[in-house]
Amino acid sequence: MIEVLHLRKQFKVYERKERLRDAFSSFFFPKWKWVHALEDVSFHINPGEIIGYIGPNGAGKSTTLKIMSGILLPTSGTCKVMGMIPWKNRIEYVRQIGVVFGQRSQLWWDVPVLDSFLLLKEIYRIEEKRYKTSLSRLVDILQLQDLLPKPVRQLSLGQRIKCEIAASLLHQPSILFLDEPTIGLDAVAKIAIRKFIQRINDENKVTVILTTHDMHDIEALTNRVILIGKGRTLFDGNVSLLKEKYTTDHSIEEIIAQVYTEYEI
Amino acid sequence: MKLYFRYISMLLKCQMEYRTSFLLLSFAQFFVPFLVFVSIYLLFQRFPDIAGWSLYEVAFCYGIIHVCFSISECVGRGFDSFSPLVRKGLLDQFLLRPRSILLQVLGSQFEFTRIGRLIQSLVVLGFAIVHLDIIWNFQAIVTLIFMIVGGIFIFIGIFMLGATLCFWTIEGIELVNILTDGGREISQYPLNIYPEGIRRFFTFIIPFGVVNYIPLLFLVGKLEASSMLVSILYTATPLAGILFIFPCIFIWNLGLRHYSSTGS
Amino acid sequence: MKYRQSYVRSYIAYFFLQIKQGLQYRTAAFAGAITQFCWGFMLLFIFQAFYQSNVQAQPISYTQIVQILWLQQAFLAFFVLWFRDNDIFTMILTGSIAYELCRPIHLYSFWFVKLISARLSSASLRSIPILLVAAFLPAPYSLNFPPTTEHFVYFFLTLFLGLILLVAISMFVYISTFYTYSAVGSMLLFAVFGEFFAGLIIPVPLMPLWLQKIVYALPFRYTCDVPFRIYAGHIGIPEAIVSIYIQLGWILFLVVLGRYFLQKSLQKVVVHGG
Repeated sequence: MIEVLHLRKQFKVYERKERLRDAFSSFFFPKWKWVHALEDVSFHINPGEIIGYIGPNGAGKSTTLKIMSGILLPTSGTCKVMGMIPWKNRIEYVRQIGVVFGQRSQLWWDVPVLDSFLLLKEIYRIEEKRYKTSLSRLVDILQLQDLLPKPVRQLSLGQRIKCEIAASLLHQPSILFLDEPTIGLDAVAKIAIRKFIQRINDENKVTVILTTHDMHDIEALTNRVILIGKGRTLFDGNVSLLKEKYTTDHSIEEIIAQVYTEYEI
Repeated sequence: MKLYFRYISMLLKCQMEYRTSFLLLSFAQFFVPFLVFVSIYLLFQRFPDIAGWSLYEVAFCYGIIHVCFSISECVGRGFDSFSPLVRKGLLDQFLLRPRSILLQVLGSQFEFTRIGRLIQSLVVLGFAIVHLDIIWNFQAIVTLIFMIVGGIFIFIGIFMLGATLCFWTIEGIELVNILTDGGREISQYPLNIYPEGIRRFFTFIIPFGVVNYIPLLFLVGKLEASSMLVSILYTATPLAGILFIFPCIFIWNLGLRHYSSTGS
Repeated sequence: MKYRQSYVRSYIAYFFLQIKQGLQYRTAAFAGAITQFCWGFMLLFIFQAFYQSNVQAQPISYTQIVQILWLQQAFLAFFVLWFRDNDIFTMILTGSIAYELCRPIHLYSFWFVKLISARLSSASLRSIPILLVAAFLPAPYSLNFPPTTEHFVYFFLTLFLGLILLVAISMFVYISTFYTYSAVGSMLLFAVFGEFFAGLIIPVPLMPLWLQKIVYALPFRYTCDVPFRIYAGHIGIPEAIVSIYIQLGWILFLVVLGRYFLQKSLQKVVVHGG
């Protein structure tokens, strides 16, 4: 379903100078350098899988996600999702995926959550019946009844994330990209989110790609982990494989820390 | 289109939440340009004439351009404050929605408080019309409507250009204000008071002259139409302002493509 | 006494820090200078058209207007009331003012220093290019020297006092935020009228006499109208001397009043719990 081959991404980064003299010269002759966000990323994901996409900060996780969601063009390499190239025919492609960036909100801040949902219904052109079934199901599983009439700014982080995830699933996409969804959440909220992801994967066969720093998310949800470091895919396989490689009585975090050291990332 | 109105009503709801702030701002938006007009009025008491134009003719010019500007400011606010929009990551959000980015940017903001400026411009325009001897036949009214529509398209086009600049750099955006605020202030007066270079620029490149100066000449009778066809031509002149937006949209799309390949 | 000294030292240190910060925004200053230059030219042409189309004598000559216009553009950052110091607004609106109250400084003086240094750094970057270019323009558009050295000295003095006066006036905008909770609205209204009465929208000598009487009674014109007209030679030395006394008077009055109101507002904050 998702096929990524030898993805490369380079950015031009301009150097900024502090001193006045240098600032003048850099105005007329800007100095820049290449930043290699992705060097060689390849993987293949089948429908219905839940994948954990892990790596240290700056490894290229967000960049890969942006390319897969069609908002960024790679320098070279191919990426095909559900047979489509994400950045070509953006509007058609985006209609079929759901994305949640943990840090940024896609809901309108000052109005009730339900109003945001209604506007999204218009944006995605969801028919009335489909919208009703989808909404009632999401409200049911995530316990959103009390949250719907509240403006987003009045919600706690956990409540907001629940609404964000619901918002991203209103149009019933077949793929869900989650970028650090559990960051900053308390244990109860985290467990609720994990249960939810498991459920939509079981019942609706939604493919989930999840980036996170919380290894317990990985353990609980995913059967497969892709490790990225310095722009390259370094490991792609079952979590238990990772555990077997290192002493099994270390905590998962310690194992991951060891992995990072071993790969020198 | 229906989606656009949905966006706007959503924004109205958001802004109404802050009622005092809304009222104060609208009030202030009335006075900012109004005091400028007051100063023009006072200047005319000392200088009864400017390059052959009277107070009421200048007021007409002023009124039109301000009506265009206030409506454009309301509608095109998304482009005007595009830089913070990109910084907050909202543009990525828009790219993830199955709708045109232009529509989403337009729908991201609607500055209702600019209604203060709109009311002011209508007051001045009314003042001008009452004192001018223009024969308000069907053609004159149509010309007036075209003037306003043309002007709105030009301003939104400039806002769009300013926003497009954000795709490449976040600095120096202030320079676009020379065209929006500057363009507005310059076009408040009939263009012939300025030297040749400025007149040409604001007639052919940023065609404000086309939407308020030339039709004004026609309406007050300083420009005689030699035939019916020429007369219709003069009425249609402001529509050329609409053409301005096409190169702007083209450059906008170029900018979007650049954004996609370089990331935020 | 020692306490006093360290107060002063911390203010001075803060002052230079703010100026250094302001100087970082070079590109913005450059862009701003160009914008203001264009604005200046536009106004020049408009006034020229007015003067050329009418024969009657005016209370102020075109050349003098040109001087005033260029000085207005060059020193805009000194005198615009809508200069937004977002830090102070956010402080008041979010209640983080509590942090400031814990510091060993007097809030009024602290903000005063902040505001003055912000304006100074902003103006210094923009004014020099504008003044230089304006000086080399062909007459009648050029910026000339003031008629006598005496005029220049008084210009300098009144400019400096005018800046202090303006900051004292602007303090009230921030103080009013404690009561209206709307940063932009209150500032904009105040700014718009303040600038009008300072002669920034229509030069004071060109106002009708009844309006001039009102304007002379208000403090606003003592910020920029006085220094610029002294430079242009429109205000003579005797009047300049009187103006300085009036400036000092207004400064004293507004600072005392401002400190009093700030004190009251802070008490209100403490009572409400922020």
